[in-house]
This record gives sequence, structure tokens and C-alpha cells, in this order.
Amino acid sequence: MLRILQFLYSLRSFLLFVLLEVLAIGLIVSNNSPQGGAFFNSSNTVIGSALKTRSDVLDFFSFAQANETLIRENAMLLQQIKTLTQEPDSLFIPLDSAFQAQFQFTGARVISNSLRFAQNHLTLNKGFKDGLKPGMGIFNQDGIVGRVKSVSENYSVGISLLNTGLLVSSKIKSTENFGTVNWDGKSSKQAKMLYMPRHVRAQAGDTIVTSGFNAVFPEGIRIGIISSVNQGDDPNYLDILIDLSTDFTRVKYVYLVENTQIVELDSLYKKSEVVNEF
Amino acid sequence: MNFKNLITHTLLLLILGLIQIIFLKNLALFGVAFSFLYLLGILNLPLQTSHVALILISFGLGLLVDVFYDTIGIHAASATLLSFLRPYWLKTISPTGGYDDSAKPNLPEMGIVWYISYSLPLIVAFSLVFFTADQWGTEGFFGVLSKSILSSIFTVVLAIIVQLLFFKRRREIR
Repeated sequence: MLRILQFLYSLRSFLLFVLLEVLAIGLIVSNNSPQGGAFFNSSNTVIGSALKTRSDVLDFFSFAQANETLIRENAMLLQQIKTLTQEPDSLFIPLDSAFQAQFQFTGARVISNSLRFAQNHLTLNKGFKDGLKPGMGIFNQDGIVGRVKSVSENYSVGISLLNTGLLVSSKIKSTENFGTVNWDGKSSKQAKMLYMPRHVRAQAGDTIVTSGFNAVFPEGIRIGIISSVNQGDDPNYLDILIDLSTDFTRVKYVYLVENTQIVELDSLYKKSEVVNEF
Repeated sequence: MNFKNLITHTLLLLILGLIQIIFLKNLALFGVAFSFLYLLGILNLPLQTSHVALILISFGLGLLVDVFYDTIGIHAASATLLSFLRPYWLKTISPTGGYDDSAKPNLPEMGIVWYISYSLPLIVAFSLVFFTADQWGTEGFFGVLSKSILSSIFTVVLAIIVQLLFFKRRREIR
């Protein structure tokens, strides 16, 4: 018995090494599952506040640019209001309340963001205290940014579009053909559009927008512009490369969108036994 | 390890960890060469540091970096491997007659040729594990290989520059 213990003691560093490696691999695997893994990430209060302090300091240097984009967007919104505002003499018809409330929007600031890995995440400065929920879509004035993964009291972590695990239901704006956008892990400026059948006439320069089928994003939020269309290796589908419209190197202020009818939709899908993958 | 050494190395580990977290997160030369400067803290721990302590320290430091990077477990796994390999590699490249008792595995003490042959293979091992875990199932083997090698070279160059700038001066003051 003593000899066994002595033998184990002589191997202690190796055993410790194996134990810690297994622990680390366990963490990697559990963190990569779509749900869960919320404990040990940057939505933790201590780490979130550290990241926020860092971002507070660094943001000071980009106020001018942030202002500029906000002003541009304000101008665009004002223009839209102008076109939508009714003339005083016309008949005013209220929209159906359910239709009005299908999507709710809110804003947040990105306090941490990564670009260079294959699974990139971003941390936002708002949590469930501010009404954020897992599954909300994230976008900014240029295009979509990602999707909320886990939420703590004051912070939340989102999966960036630059994450090989995120699939976004999308369509070509001009022809309405729908497919799925997924990042291929290479450049932070480009992504792939998958499952586009060969008969579709896609051209370089066509705009890609969200399709609204996956109940995360409303229809028509920009994703990017087709940069090249190739025949590819797959006999069924085209190989489409798109230039993303969002500049992920400077995502700072983002909007979040929540579909308030997602529970109703999900239960309907369940009742009719449809798997809503996108 | 005396008390002064303990303080010096704890501070070094913490400062390098902070620099890594705050400044080096999105730094990548040409999008492929990453920098893992915090490994310098692990590589420069004294020769007498026990193997168990070494492994525990690097696991903790790796986990700290992971938590801030949202890459939970990847840095920890690779840093643990690096610290596990360190004593064996030190033994393999030991000069004839072995090391002095007071020798420290850093650049001012051991010279640049020895330092590169000490740090580069260890960091290559680290990077291989790191990028294999990070790029799991996305890019081919060559993507992982080129990123590992370029990142290792970049990290070693940075580590040498940092030691040239800060370590020698402190020795002179002492």
C-alpha cells in the first residue's frame, strides 16, 4: 500500500497536469454549448465591471466618431418620420396593437469585443435588470452584429456574427431567395452564404438582408453585399462570399431587438411538429 | 525562493497578465501573429520552482486570461501544458555541468541564443494546443500551423524586447 502511495506521489505533477487538462477541456466543451456556461464568462459582475472601466477610459477617445454616427442615424430616422407622419387633414387609422408590438428595441454599449478567434464574443453593459434576455438579436446602424447568449444582472455576453456557431436566416434583397449566413472563420470582413440553390441568379453587388424567418431579427436588417459567386464543390448549392456591412473592429453602440411573440411562435411550431432551425 | 524573489515574480505575473488582458487582446500582426506575452512570467519563474506549483500557477493565470477573453479553458489548457513540459525541456537543453543554483531562466542571465532555444519550442507547443482548440473544425491543419509558428515567433520577439528594455536596467539599479 505504502509503495502504491509512494509511486503515486512520484507521479504527482503528471497526475495534476492530467487533472487540470481534463478540467480545462471540460470548461471548453461546456462553454461551447449554445446554452449554459454562463458562470465563468465576462458577464460575471467583477469581470464585467473591470471590462467596463477599461472601456470607459478607451471610449473617451472615440466620442467624436460615435457622435458622428449617431447624428447620421438621427438624420435618417428624422427623414423616415417625415415620410410616415400623416398630414393633419387625413384620416388617422391606428395600427393593430399586436402588429405594433411584435418587436421591441433597446440600446446598449459594447464593453468588450474580440475579432481574431474562431468563436468571437462581445460583452454588453446591460443585463436582465435592463430587460435583456438570452436570444435577443444585436445590430447597429450598419448591419447585424450577433445574438445575446447569456445575461447576468448588469451585463450580458453575446455571440458575435464572427462566430462559426452562429447561423442567421437571410435573403437576397432583390430576388427574395433565402439562405443562411455563417462565418467561415477567416476574415473579419467576410462571411459565407449557405444553402443557396444553383438555379438562383445571385450576382456580385446584391444586398443581403435578414429574412425574418428565425424570429430573432425583424425582416430587412442589412447583413452585407455579395462579393463573389462561384460554382463551388457542392453539387447542390452555390458558393457565395459576402462582404459584411458591419465594421466589427469598431462596434461600439448597438441596438437590441426582442421578438415579443417568440413564445407564441415556438408553441405553434411545437404543436405542428415543425423544427424551426433558422 | 526568498521573499524578495517571491514578490518580484508575483508582481511580474500580475503585470504581464494585466497587459495581456488590457492591451494585447485584439493585437494580431497581419491577422495571424498573436502575442501571448503573459507566458514570459511563467517562463521566467526560478529554476527551483516545484513542478506542482508551476502547473497550478499557469493554470490559474491561463484561467484569468480566459475569463476576460471569453475563451474559457483554452488558455488554461495550453498554459498548463507549457508548464508541464518546462522542467523536461530545461533538462534537455541544460549546459554541460548543469545549471548554477542561483541561475534564472531569463535573457540577461543566460544570453539570447539559449533563451530562444528555451522559449521558442515551449511557446510553439502552447500555440499548437491553443489554435487547435480555438479553430476546432473550422480551418485546416495549415491554418493552425502557420498561426502557431508566426505567433510563437512574434511572442518570443516581444518577450526579448521586454526583457532588454526592463530587466537589465533593474539589475543595474540593484
